[in-house]
Amino acid sequence: MFDFDAIYMIWIRDLIRHFRDRSRLLGSISRPILWLLIMGTGLRGSFSMPGVNYLHYIFPGIIAMNLLFASMMSTISIIWDREFGFLKEILVAPISRTAIVMGKTLSGSTIAFIEGMFVMIFAPFIHIHLPLLTILLLMPAVFFAAFACTSLGLAIAARMTSFEGFGVISNFVIMPMFFLSGAMFPLANLPAVVNHFVLINPMTYAVDLLRSITLGLRAYPLWLDLGYIAAFTLAMTAISVFEFNKVN
Amino acid sequence: MNDAIVVTNLSKSFETVKAVDNISFTVKDSEVFAFLGPNGAGKTTTISVICGLLRPTNGTVVLNGYDVALNPNEVRKSIGVIFQDPSLDERLTVYENLDFHGMIYHMSRQLRRQRITEVLELVGLGDKSKTIVRTFSGGMKRRLEIARGLMHRPRVMILDEPTTGLDPQTRAHIWDYVIKLSQEQKITIFFTTHYLDEAEVCDRLAIIDHGRIAALDTPEVLKKKYQKTTLNDVFLEVTGYDIREDEGDAKEHFSVIVKQKRLK
Repeated sequence: MFDFDAIYMIWIRDLIRHFRDRSRLLGSISRPILWLLIMGTGLRGSFSMPGVNYLHYIFPGIIAMNLLFASMMSTISIIWDREFGFLKEILVAPISRTAIVMGKTLSGSTIAFIEGMFVMIFAPFIHIHLPLLTILLLMPAVFFAAFACTSLGLAIAARMTSFEGFGVISNFVIMPMFFLSGAMFPLANLPAVVNHFVLINPMTYAVDLLRSITLGLRAYPLWLDLGYIAAFTLAMTAISVFEFNKVN
Repeated sequence: MNDAIVVTNLSKSFETVKAVDNISFTVKDSEVFAFLGPNGAGKTTTISVICGLLRPTNGTVVLNGYDVALNPNEVRKSIGVIFQDPSLDERLTVYENLDFHGMIYHMSRQLRRQRITEVLELVGLGDKSKTIVRTFSGGMKRRLEIARGLMHRPRVMILDEPTTGLDPQTRAHIWDYVIKLSQEQKITIFFTTHYLDEAEVCDRLAIIDHGRIAALDTPEVLKKKYQKTTLNDVFLEVTGYDIREDEGDAKEHFSVIVKQKRLK
């Protein structure tokens, strides 16, 4: 299970591929610009929370968004590998299926962590003050959230056999997860039905965790944020391990 | 030394489709064994079971003394596989592809470096180690896959239509390598092909049709038995002249069935 050669190989390969692909880097830069600087500036007039600047309010949400997209995109690579054969090379190698899941989860989390932390460079543009301690606290929190999102993406990708399917899932999973997480607006005024989705959405707790670190604002207690994300990650990883160990 | 591959009463069904129907055969040590059949005959399914990618419905496969169902990792260590579809990472360099292969076969860094030089020389790609694989021609990719399959010194090399889509020169080249390997390194070769002239190089061959073994012997004995001069004619005699449903279609059919089941 802890086959470090295999885990390392899968991890380093994904990282090499990620950083060689310019279009992915472009996406990670353009998304925060679009949502933080353009959407944020446009929507700020309709936001009223005394004492809180709207751009500051959505800043942790944008970090969460960037890591969410990155983790989902990196799990797509599993489907890509399946389509283009590389997954077979891994599957006939003498390594455990669980090691494959661990390697993929780690590589996706690492990439998503980098992309999430990347949003920090926009902090000066919106005049948000981030002391070193805040940044140091953000790092494990961002990685934790990245891990949760990647485990979800992998659990979905493990069951998918075609790109078309993943596109649909992305639209029906990534976008709702983003909008119903409190990343862009407070969730107090949503209809009751939608509220159920908010409560099961791991992004809700990830955004809450990040916002509590950057702004000191929180909707849920810390133990709930951490506990829910951890439980969710465990459940998703269990699904992936099960799917990969299944032989027809 | 025990036989390289022993398949006993192997069957594999997908839902109602019987892809492989109670086949048995033995591939001896250092033998070059051809596994022939029309599209959809069950070749790729058999190979997938031998590699542990599919679980047999019935029967056993023992490879290098290890039962595939009980000891998949030992079996995987013993085989090098060249799949019908390419399985290289085209965005990586030649060196990276091989290096990563060595890692998942648990080879030390030093050993990997040494073997990479060795196998690249063997397939004539010695000066290409820093090239991104995407820029390669089909034949070069195939040679690289063969090099990769050899890196961990498998006892059995499994090649599923390794020459499909390649020009005659490259095909001849690849078979030269393969035969040389089997002789010099005493590696057992188990391959499938649709080019029957390629099968002439084998020691023995099996012809599989409708999931059953229709003929199994040396090329000479089979030619004599069916009174033909080429394996191509023997093949047509054994399997008939009807055009078959493509295996790809059969797989597609299977996945549709699975999806329908999931929806229920």
